[in-house]
Amino acid sequence: MRKSLTTRQIVAEWIIENLIRLCGISAILFVFGIFFFVFREGAPLLFGEGGFDLIKFLTSPEWYPSSNSNPRYGILALILGTASVSCLAVLISVPFGLGAAIFISEFCGPKLKEGLKIVIELLAAIPSVVWGFIGLTLMKGIIESVFGVPFGLTVLNGAIILALMCLPIIVSISEDALRAVPDSYREAAQGLGATRWQLIYRVLLPAAKNGLLAAVLLGVGRAVGETMAVLMATGHAVNIPIDGTPPYFHALDSVRTLTATIAAELGETAQGSPHYRVLFLIGIFLFCITFTINLVADLVVRGIRKE
Amino acid sequence: MVATSQNPSKIRIENLGVSYGPDPALRSLSMDIPRNEVFGIIGPAQSGKTTLLKTLNRTIDLVPEASVKGSVYIDDEAVVDAPEPVPAKSLTRHGLRDVCGYRRRIGMVAPLPVGLPMTIYDNVAFAPRQAGVKERGQLDEIVERCLTQAALWDEVKDRLTTLGTKLSGGQQQRLTIARALSHEPEVLCLDEFSIAIDPVTTMRIEDVLRELQSEMTIILVTNLVQQARRLARQTAFILNGELVELDDTEAIFSGEANDPRTNEFVSGIFG
Repeated sequence: MRKSLTTRQIVAEWIIENLIRLCGISAILFVFGIFFFVFREGAPLLFGEGGFDLIKFLTSPEWYPSSNSNPRYGILALILGTASVSCLAVLISVPFGLGAAIFISEFCGPKLKEGLKIVIELLAAIPSVVWGFIGLTLMKGIIESVFGVPFGLTVLNGAIILALMCLPIIVSISEDALRAVPDSYREAAQGLGATRWQLIYRVLLPAAKNGLLAAVLLGVGRAVGETMAVLMATGHAVNIPIDGTPPYFHALDSVRTLTATIAAELGETAQGSPHYRVLFLIGIFLFCITFTINLVADLVVRGIRKE
Repeated sequence: MVATSQNPSKIRIENLGVSYGPDPALRSLSMDIPRNEVFGIIGPAQSGKTTLLKTLNRTIDLVPEASVKGSVYIDDEAVVDAPEPVPAKSLTRHGLRDVCGYRRRIGMVAPLPVGLPMTIYDNVAFAPRQAGVKERGQLDEIVERCLTQAALWDEVKDRLTTLGTKLSGGQQQRLTIARALSHEPEVLCLDEFSIAIDPVTTMRIEDVLRELQSEMTIILVTNLVQQARRLARQTAFILNGELVELDDTEAIFSGEANDPRTNEFVSGIFG
């Protein structure tokens, strides 16, 4: 029996090893490549090109990028649009998502559990443009008739659609976190006479809290980054939904989000124009937000593993 | 073969059978467990000892594939009453209904310590809080009493707010004993409590059990036959889910027990 490798085997081994290495490295290269490209297109503004003012960019509500006489690029309204839709979406999806995860992991039988998990995975597989379509047609009509408003493409509409889109992430990660709680905790707590609710509230939720937090953060990341569905469902009107008159937050106003603005306007700008660069700067801004959220979520998840 | 006790029995078990799916874990077991003393249960692995304890505190209800037949009475109150086999999860219709309330009457210590992921203080205060004790002073008192009884107070009194899971294995086991005592149980079940702890700590806990037996009925399931010999007045030997012998502990360990299998087990020939 031969013990040493043939030349052919050694060469094949070398090729395969390096192919795999290339695949691994390419992922990093792509991320840096994308970041570099976006940064190159947007960054000149940061270094004062065309008298650009970063403070004004972030704090001015005036978004008139295609005005011939005096184009103004203030994204405050867009930031608040994204923030309001995302926050409301998270407020809706977190209780539902956690509730569903608790039900799946603690209450339902094995058959129902499998069924529910498949359905929730399916929910994750629906393309965002289909969600947008639902917002544009079905949800619009519902909101118009329930709230009696003339135009149903609103913060609330976008938030409900987004909430449904975040739900699968929140449910599946929360369910993983709850399942990772050792059964011995359940036995110990129930052996001490804990009711199911006491077990969940006093033992399971505290034990799984890092995983649950990560689930929520990843849901937020999804909400902030989502484009197509909110573009279609929120009415795409530059508007700040918050003002000094009660109820201060107007969920039935139309808004426009950062992502939707890029998607809708980038195709119509001349490459290298101020408008084009501003849209890329918005991209950098979004990248920073989602990067921060994902980083925090990742650190939280790491925290779990260490325990 | 059932030895007569000067105390009236605390727990009466009649024809108790428990199966997991098609596999029987207990087959028609009957015995009386006397009040306010240590009752030993010995037997090799897979003989049904843990199943018996699970049935006694009704955590068997939580095992999806288990089915139960027979009766268990505690102070003449039916805990389990199923003439025909029923799924364990439907035991609320064949026995005591208020399971959570009932479990608070039984203290349970598992073989491996399970510190719940909360502070030492909260671990011990967990059960009393569930039972509605809210006043801080009262909780403080319970925590100190139970930790003292479990021979842990001196080691942890200065760090009651650290996580219970940060304690060493032996300390965690004593924490679970303190927790089991926190709702002032009528019956304390110990399932091979000394597996995870060192001999010195084991001896300290055995001392505690000797003191506690005047206040509560203690069921000591153990693989260490000598531990039963040191603590229990009566001992039952269980094999393959059946009661082989129940007698005064000394009779069991005398080498002249009625059943030859008992003699073989206690002298270490099998098990």
